[in-house]
Amino acid sequence: MNLGSSVEIITEWDIVAARQLGRNEAKQVGFGTVDQARITTAISELARNIYLYAGKGKIEIERISEAGLVGIKIIASDEGPGIPDLRKVMEDGFTTSGGLGAGMPGVKRLMDEFKVISEVGEGTTIITTKWLH
Amino acid sequence: MKTRIPILKLNEVLIVSIQWELDDQTAIQFQEDLLNKMHETSALGVVIDLTPIDFIDSFIAKVLGDVINMTGLMGAKVVITGIQPAVAITLIELGIRLNNVMTALDLENGLDKLTKELEA
Repeated sequence: MNLGSSVEIITEWDIVAARQLGRNEAKQVGFGTVDQARITTAISELARNIYLYAGKGKIEIERISEAGLVGIKIIASDEGPGIPDLRKVMEDGFTTSGGLGAGMPGVKRLMDEFKVISEVGEGTTIITTKWLH
Repeated sequence: MKTRIPILKLNEVLIVSIQWELDDQTAIQFQEDLLNKMHETSALGVVIDLTPIDFIDSFIAKVLGDVINMTGLMGAKVVITGIQPAVAITLIELGIRLNNVMTALDLENGLDKLTKELEA
């Protein structure tokens, strides 16, 4: 069973909308305050990356269940410039925006599963999951 | 949709209580408002209380870090108070360090710390 909702990221305000949606979903799934903060922060970072690098895109938030576990899946997708060097963006401290955004390694640490699919000139999709333990 | 964060003056200290989730515009407006208020009042210290805040992302952290450095340039000291456990955990996991920042558990301890610092 998948329950989902999504927010189009076009303006700064949509970043706020996406993280509020994420926090509500996380609360409803039953995550505690620390995990709620992790999920909210991860969504905020992903939405900001879309806003900064791609201009527009979408954050989808799904409640998932698998093998007796429940969790939350976030899909951040855009049709922006794509990431030329995936290894580099996964290094701590790498930035092309002058220090805005904590970057991908930070988001990866906040979540349980993290996958990036990116094609230069085509766009980027990031899929990240947090399980309720 | 523009909200401003109130800045209160108590003797030589400015007190700011951030009560709701900050959006980008409000955060940047706050930066400017605080520096202007310091200039107007010749305040020597600032306490920023974050007790109601349940998450801080890298952007808000950067604005806060910048405001602390800017305040330092103007000759005042800042104490950040009331950082919740969830906020502390996510900031560190995210890889954000607020270096050289005075912090305290709550507003009361923060004011004490600042007063001692200003007397020293």
